[in-house]
Amino acid sequence: MDKPFRRRDLLGIRDLSAAEIIGILDTAENFREISTREVKKVPALRGKTVINLFFESSTRTRTSFELAAKRLSADAVNISVSSSSLSKGETLLDTALNLDAMAPDCIVVRHSSAGVPHQLAKVSKAAIINAGDGANEHPTQALLDAMTIREHKGKIDGLEVAIIGDILHSRVARSNIHLLTKMGATVRVAGPGTLVPRDFSHLVENGLDVCSHVEDAIEGADVVMILRIQRERQDSAYFPTLREYAIHYGLTNDRLDLAKKDAIVLHPGPMNRGIEIASDVADSSRSLILDQVKYGVAVRMAVLYLATGGSMSGK
Amino acid sequence: MADEFHLVEKSRIMDGTRMKRALSRLANEIVEHNQGAKDLYIVGIRRRGVPLAERLSDKIEQLEGVRPLYGILDITLYRDDLSTVGANPIVNRTELDTDIEGKTIVLVDDVLYTGRTIRAAMDQLMDFGRPKKVQLAVLIDRGREHRELPIQADFIGKVVPTKQTEIIKVMLKEFDDVEAVGIFERPAEEPAKQG
Repeated sequence: MDKPFRRRDLLGIRDLSAAEIIGILDTAENFREISTREVKKVPALRGKTVINLFFESSTRTRTSFELAAKRLSADAVNISVSSSSLSKGETLLDTALNLDAMAPDCIVVRHSSAGVPHQLAKVSKAAIINAGDGANEHPTQALLDAMTIREHKGKIDGLEVAIIGDILHSRVARSNIHLLTKMGATVRVAGPGTLVPRDFSHLVENGLDVCSHVEDAIEGADVVMILRIQRERQDSAYFPTLREYAIHYGLTNDRLDLAKKDAIVLHPGPMNRGIEIASDVADSSRSLILDQVKYGVAVRMAVLYLATGGSMSGK
Repeated sequence: MADEFHLVEKSRIMDGTRMKRALSRLANEIVEHNQGAKDLYIVGIRRRGVPLAERLSDKIEQLEGVRPLYGILDITLYRDDLSTVGANPIVNRTELDTDIEGKTIVLVDDVLYTGRTIRAAMDQLMDFGRPKKVQLAVLIDRGREHRELPIQADFIGKVVPTKQTEIIKVMLKEFDDVEAVGIFERPAEEPAKQG
């Protein structure tokens, strides 16, 4: 149980300092170039093993982590819930101990319950990276969003960011709120009242604005971040219909015109075209959705490198 | 690694003027050896190889009227001690904007010691393509007896025989206050670590 470099786990953005976030982003920027090479591979993590342990389905994040590991020459093993022993009744702890016995260097974990990565980190000798735990955090998503913002705005400090949608259930929103406020941005959130808890303004030290109307949040924003609306929420009566959601909360060109002229649009994917984001907005030059995916690989390369012993780049 | 501030300078082997002369001679030798600057690709190895490569490019341009191609290698991810060092070193960017295929690469570094940095640089180069030739230019060669790999330099500013406990520091205005090369020694007995 002895793990000298506990800091190498990436469990959430909440635990990180602004300096650490900048260190990860600077490192990630230096990893970007590798994915543009003809031979997209460096030997840095040769002989290291990365296990992608996904208890929730994921295409983008799992592929991104897998490519990141492979481009660093690590051996990546993917475990998804349908093929795991948990469906045979094994406890999470036993799964973790069994995996640990195979001596991986890093375990990337996604689970529908908040805190699972933290539990694993307590028992595993491997570095644990949180790839999304319930409604708690999704740190690499916030980091790649930050990288996208920094790339296009040159900074994060002083920016106004609107986060629109299902804030209540969103780990992407939580990680982003922590990251953006730590980095000096102003964050405004908006969405259906049932999905935007009032007391969220106390989530972070510097506070954030909980807006009643989407328009108030978007007005004057430098960055508009749209969250995916989870269709299953409709059944739980958080909002009446998808159509109504689209009308009142969907990002249309008219709503986006309230933001700054050079505002950029982010979406963590997978997006529901015509619901939380209009198709013409998603396909416009202001939408950086595919840039986010591109930077995701670089961010995860940096995180894997740092988790297995790397130092952060500084400028 | 011991704190750099605890190093004691034993002797100075080059000042700014002599460094300039050594670089001029290296530029001349590179041009003479390759019969011009055609297809010449000067590649500096981070950190201190980079300003040296820039200066060599300037001098070659003065001699030949054309500027050679220029690039930067960061060899961090190709180091052979990544799995043994406690904390992996900082990664910086590699910048090879022009295809290296068929080019004559001149790798530039400040000090040639064990040869392991050059091995890493060559491995990385090969991942970018198939250069026609790879040559090595260094400001200081610490001597063959320190070599841990069969690697020698083609162009050498100065051969400086040293002990393992000594460290050669090439100081450049881009990173340091002065332009000079000095031999330093650490008070402790652990062997010096230098590429």
